[in-house]
Amino acid sequence: MKKKKGIASKIYIALVFIFMYMPIAVLIFYSFNEGKTTVWKGFSMKWYIELFKDDNIMNALGNTLIIAVLASVFATILGTAGAVGISNFKGKKRLIIQNVSNIPIISPDIVMGVSLMLLFTTLGVIFNFEMGFVTVLISHICFCVPFVVLNVMPRIKKIDRSVYDAALDLGCNQWQAFYKVVIHEIMPGIFSGLLMSFTYSLDDFIITYFTRGAKFQNLSIEIYSMTHRRISPKINALSALLFLAILIIMIIINIRNRREERSKLQRA
Amino acid sequence: MKSKKPSIPYIIWMVIFTMIPIVMIGYTAFTDENGSFTTEYFSNALYYGDVFAKSLWIAFLSTAICLLVAYPLAYLISNMKESTQNAVIMLLMIPMWMNFLLRIYAWVTLLQDNGPIDTALSLLGIHGTYIGNTGAVVLGMVYEYLPFMVLPIYTVMCKIDRSLIEAAQDLGSSGFSVIKKVVLPLSMPGVISGITMVFVPSASTFLVSQYLGGTDDIMIGDIIDKIFWTDQNTGSAISLILMVLIFVFLIIMNLFGDEEAIA
Repeated sequence: MKKKKGIASKIYIALVFIFMYMPIAVLIFYSFNEGKTTVWKGFSMKWYIELFKDDNIMNALGNTLIIAVLASVFATILGTAGAVGISNFKGKKRLIIQNVSNIPIISPDIVMGVSLMLLFTTLGVIFNFEMGFVTVLISHICFCVPFVVLNVMPRIKKIDRSVYDAALDLGCNQWQAFYKVVIHEIMPGIFSGLLMSFTYSLDDFIITYFTRGAKFQNLSIEIYSMTHRRISPKINALSALLFLAILIIMIIINIRNRREERSKLQRA
Repeated sequence: MKSKKPSIPYIIWMVIFTMIPIVMIGYTAFTDENGSFTTEYFSNALYYGDVFAKSLWIAFLSTAICLLVAYPLAYLISNMKESTQNAVIMLLMIPMWMNFLLRIYAWVTLLQDNGPIDTALSLLGIHGTYIGNTGAVVLGMVYEYLPFMVLPIYTVMCKIDRSLIEAAQDLGSSGFSVIKKVVLPLSMPGVISGITMVFVPSASTFLVSQYLGGTDDIMIGDIIDKIFWTDQNTGSAISLILMVLIFVFLIIMNLFGDEEAIA
């Protein structure tokens, strides 16, 4: 009886994983197809070569990475400082600030996208500018900061105030004490906020779509215009490469975590 | 350490980029081009009542299917060896890191006429169209958001005290009633956050139905996208209604969550 149950649960898990990976496998499979449609015409690497020859895609990839780096760094600085300051507010004021801070997380992406578009077009008329790189960057910072605040806040609450006071007593000035105690304690929160911001920025399509103006292209937008035409197998090649990159990053993170756990165990 | 000053830049940022845009949506939805108050755009928005209903229905179906698939999965994963658990969760997360559009496009490739599924089923003598209907849209949503349902439920299940389950077994509960009386109530907070995390994005997303659905599967996000570029007023009114619906939903889910916490 028990064995039967074990097999049934293994089959169930396997089915879910087939469901999750089959679409990706199919994309990768067709990326090696000589032909343009889903009819197999023989093995070929030509879509990969075409992909690297495509300046639009390479340019878009560059933009995506630049935006992700800048947005996550800015959001981390703004959000960390914000969290430190907000934690010193009390009662109702603090509740209001925190709730406003969470608005970008709970409101639908599309509403955030169109509302920022409204703001930027209005400001654009007043100050005479067009939407583009800067407006996309600002929008990305907007939806990243709340995640930083959410990651840092609980860490600040856990800080033992007496350690900070001890640092002051032992001759640190306020800045040194802040740096050595507070920043040190909240570092894991800062780091996971940064990482979350980076991945959300990489993956975003909807908000970029509404705030990019006429010319700015990032990878999501490029994929959007390619899939709308529904013809180029270059997308398949791109998916395969992205999947490979993700796989490598995940494996590295996993190995690092395991090593950390092991060294923690050894120290203990 | 005790200063509120570091939050000043962020507070100014929130006023400009969070509060003002929302106020602008409200203002645009309620005023005509002369700046006088009107509810005309809301009556325009009501014209899309069917679309609202359809979006909520698709989101409801997707959430329900996600829950049905994810709950047993989370339970099974939480009963594995700890090292296997981490690997399985990682494997579940990897597809999520693929670009959202590529994941949908993958299903277009799979489901299209003469695509792999069509070809395989044709060999078995089954002919049909698998794309361009509500089912395909729900399938796409489930694929997009399933991990959002699994993760919170799994996290909560990991925290359940094993001795409670053993106690229930010792006291004569069968496998099924252990799940019903111990695991299910204790995992409710995870279920509720899972429902929220799947329902909100699936009710408000756009493009999924454009790629996988038929002409009558247009969702509210697609309408906002279509309208906003030409008629910002009606677009704002629809956005405002969508936002209110989502907030009401979140408040209701919160009430459920609190009740569970008390009980």
